[in-house]
Amino acid sequence: MDRIPILKMGDCLLVTIQVDMHDQLAVSLQEDLTAQIAKYASRGVLIDISTLEIVDSFIGRMLANIAAMSRVLDAQTVLTGMQPAVAITLVELGMSLSGIKTALNVERGMELLRQYIQEENEYREPDGSEE
Amino acid sequence: MVLKSDVHPIKSADDVVRVRQVARQWAAELKFSLVDQTKLVTATSELARNTLEHGKGGTMRVEQVENGPRRGVRLTFEDNGPGIPNIERALQDGYTTGGGLGLGLSGSKRLVNEFEIKSEAGRGTTVTIIRWK
Repeated sequence: MDRIPILKMGDCLLVTIQVDMHDQLAVSLQEDLTAQIAKYASRGVLIDISTLEIVDSFIGRMLANIAAMSRVLDAQTVLTGMQPAVAITLVELGMSLSGIKTALNVERGMELLRQYIQEENEYREPDGSEE
Repeated sequence: MVLKSDVHPIKSADDVVRVRQVARQWAAELKFSLVDQTKLVTATSELARNTLEHGKGGTMRVEQVENGPRRGVRLTFEDNGPGIPNIERALQDGYTTGGGLGLGLSGSKRLVNEFEIKSEAGRGTTVTIIRWK
C-alpha cells in the first residue's frame, strides 16, 4: 500500500502531502508520524500541503488529530502552504483548524518550529531536567 | 435543461478520489473559478464519503445543466443504504453518527448553491447539489 514519505531533519520531521489522498492514506500518515515522533524523539513536525487541492472535513480532522497527538508526544506541528482557495473552502465548510499552528510556506514554518523548540529548551533548562 | 450527463460508481475509497477528479473536470470545463472548483470538489468529497460509508456504496451522476443564461454542474449522490431517520438533525453542524465532526452534510450545503436531500428508511438516500457558474 502507498505511504506518504516522512523525512527526518535534525529534531524535526517533514511531510509533504502531494497526492490526492484517499482516507486510508490519511489514517496511515497519522500512525506513521506518531510512531516516528516517538522513535526519534522529534520536537517539531512540519506538514506542507501546498500541492493539496482540497482539504475536506476528514483530512481536516486528520490534520487536527496529528497536531494534538504530536503535542501529547512533546512535539509541535506546523501546517504550511495552504492554498487560498482551500482556506476559503475549509472555513466555509465549518472547520477553522484553530488548534493548529500555520505558516505561509515551508521556510517560515521551519523558522516557527526552531523558535518554538528554542523557547521550550530555555524554559526547561533552569532545573536541568525535563522531568 | 441537462446538456450532458454521466454516472460513476462509488464503491471504494479510490472511487471517492475518482469522483472528486470528475467533479473537478466538469467544473473546469465550465471555467469555474478556482475557489468555486474547490468548493464543489470538497462538497463532492464529503457527499461521496457519505454514500460509501453510510449508504454502503452507490453512484454519482454528474450533469451539465442550463437554466436560462446560467450553466452549472449538478451532482446526484444515490445509495440504497439504510437511509437517514432524521434529516433535520443530520443537517445540523456537529451532529454525527459516524464518529466524524458532523460537518459533511451541513458543510457541503454551504459550499453549493442548491442542495436537496431525500431519504427513506430502509430504501436509501439521494443528495442533489448544484453549483452555478
